Amino acid sequence: MNTAYNFAFFDEGSKREIRRATLKAVAIPGYQVPFASREMPIGRGWGTGGLQLTLSLIGKNDVLKVIDQGSDESVNAVNIKKLVSDTTGVEITEQTADATLIQSRHRIPEVPLRKDQILVLQVPLPEPLRYFEPSESETKKLHAEKEYSGAWLMLFEQIMKYGSMTTDADHPVMVHNRYVMAPSPIPRFDNPKMDESEALILLGAGREKKVYAVPPYTKVVSLDFEDYPFEPESFEDKHCHLCGSTGVFLDELIDEETNEPFYQCNDTSHCMETLNKVEPFGVK
Amino acid sequence: MGYVAVKGGTRAIEESIKRLKYERVHHGQSIEVKQIKAGMRGLIDQVMSESSLYNETLASLAIKQAEGNPEEAVFLLRAYRSTVPRKHYSQVMESNQMQVERRISASFKDIPGGQILGATTDYTHRLLDFELMEETDEVIQNWLQRYQKESVPDEENRHHQTLPKVLDYLRTEGLIPPCEENNLEPDDVTRESLEFPSSRSQRLQILTRGETGAVTSLAYAVIRGYGSLHPTVGELRVGTLPVTIDHPTDAGEDDDAFYIGEVKATEVEMLMPVTVEKEYGKKEMEFEIGYGLVFGQNETKAIAMGILDNCLEHPNPDFPSYNEEFVLYHIDSVESTGFISHLKMPHYVTFQSKLDSLRKTKKEGTKNEERQEVTSR
Repeated sequence: MNTAYNFAFFDEGSKREIRRATLKAVAIPGYQVPFASREMPIGRGWGTGGLQLTLSLIGKNDVLKVIDQGSDESVNAVNIKKLVSDTTGVEITEQTADATLIQSRHRIPEVPLRKDQILVLQVPLPEPLRYFEPSESETKKLHAEKEYSGAWLMLFEQIMKYGSMTTDADHPVMVHNRYVMAPSPIPRFDNPKMDESEALILLGAGREKKVYAVPPYTKVVSLDFEDYPFEPESFEDKHCHLCGSTGVFLDELIDEETNEPFYQCNDTSHCMETLNKVEPFGVK
Repeated sequence: MGYVAVKGGTRAIEESIKRLKYERVHHGQSIEVKQIKAGMRGLIDQVMSESSLYNETLASLAIKQAEGNPEEAVFLLRAYRSTVPRKHYSQVMESNQMQVERRISASFKDIPGGQILGATTDYTHRLLDFELMEETDEVIQNWLQRYQKESVPDEENRHHQTLPKVLDYLRTEGLIPPCEENNLEPDDVTRESLEFPSSRSQRLQILTRGETGAVTSLAYAVIRGYGSLHPTVGELRVGTLPVTIDHPTDAGEDDDAFYIGEVKATEVEMLMPVTVEKEYGKKEMEFEIGYGLVFGQNETKAIAMGILDNCLEHPNPDFPSYNEEFVLYHIDSVESTGFISHLKMPHYVTFQSKLDSLRKTKKEGTKNEERQEVTSR
């Protein structure tokens, strides 16, 4: 009864099945491929889709980085890293540049990714049309017919009601002029990083049993209108209070004493790297 | 300065896991897996049914580790199940081969083979039995000896009994329409993702894996008002089913099949009276069937499954409990608890993003108000 687990948790047959679905996803950019999502030792909705992709892909020579909300040290990231390293023994890193496989929840790292890296994103709700069409069989038809007027109408209604598009994270994108895709709840700020990305981006939704992909050098355009262009979150005239970075996604924190907001890099490993460059250890 | 709430995850997690262990053991006493196996049949059956893994020992271990929390125990077993390679599919089991321990019909008093009450809490008074506080192994063994002297010949008899199905009897009487066999290879929902419209084999699998409370409450809604059913239990039976697998080279030859053990199951066939419109507006009553089969003795869930099976066979847009997407997507224990509990995870990035949108609408809102003031003046 006390059987030890296989390398990377799954039996080989399961890994092969997930890789097959992944290959199909790569072949049809932005298309949601149904797959037999396995029950995992972590919660459904806690990144099981991403984890299944990671476990099906990882090999002994891989170097893994896991991010949750920009941080390598947040509880969920630690938890996932622990599971992968317990069942594979692969090297874990916090440096984006050192990683071959990066699993992330809600962020694309600030450091540009390379073609020898794979980014795996965890997806809670893969269906970009779910907001206005609750039925799965209906949305499947809409995708098949490239009938996306509902998605534009949704954005148009937001503009009519609020004067601007009010999508927060997960602003829908058009992949390679064919499929409208939910980019996983990355902030709008990260959407442009998917366009013509050098790295392969895989997206996995465990509970909803879908995988989909943005292959390298694929056109990814955030939905918008000529007179109401897509706008990422704005951190104009703000900078990280630790490393001074501008033009990155910042967390808004409140100074407990003065009650004034201050800002800090959301991508903690990027922040650390920048800091190390500014103030190198030791004496020159 | 520089404080981020989620930092320092590794140590915090270690301490939290230690604390969890402390909560499990702090009475200074360990509960043995075999004790759970001996005394928690109801929970074991429920956990096996929801995990679609038939193994009483592993279920007991999961219950111990989960401190008796069924949602957590199911979670552990399902995750374990993911790692077990699929070696064989069993041969088709005919449920009339069930070795019946309990069998009742709420529709017909006089059924061939008779009603067998078996073990059930249905006729007990739910009064706390304070004598159980003092129960010892010795007391149990004395009782067992006496019981075995009195009833065992009878028991053995009963355990080797296969009985005809009540519904077959009704079919020969011409009271319900004949049912054709459907011998299509079932779709395996753990190996292929569900697509709509779903096949009946997919529906039955998801219903039988469904969370007991969720399946029960949706079926309850159907008979309480969010549906048009007044079903009766045609037959409910509890017993063991023999499991056989094909010979690796001579597949399909019954003589060469291997018997690999038995599973205990509860099977329910529900009768649903429906009005059918015939020609010239003439109306007639007919029976439809709803089918439920779950691991272990798990009668409420099996009945509820029977009700929902019939609802999904006959969709009705007026009620969500007749909609297969609504029912099948929401009754899974691991999926529903996982997603509800993920709300405990940090959502800093998405929230920051939402905050940005919210502020923008506020800004736009004040602009619009100003504009309106100008025009009204």
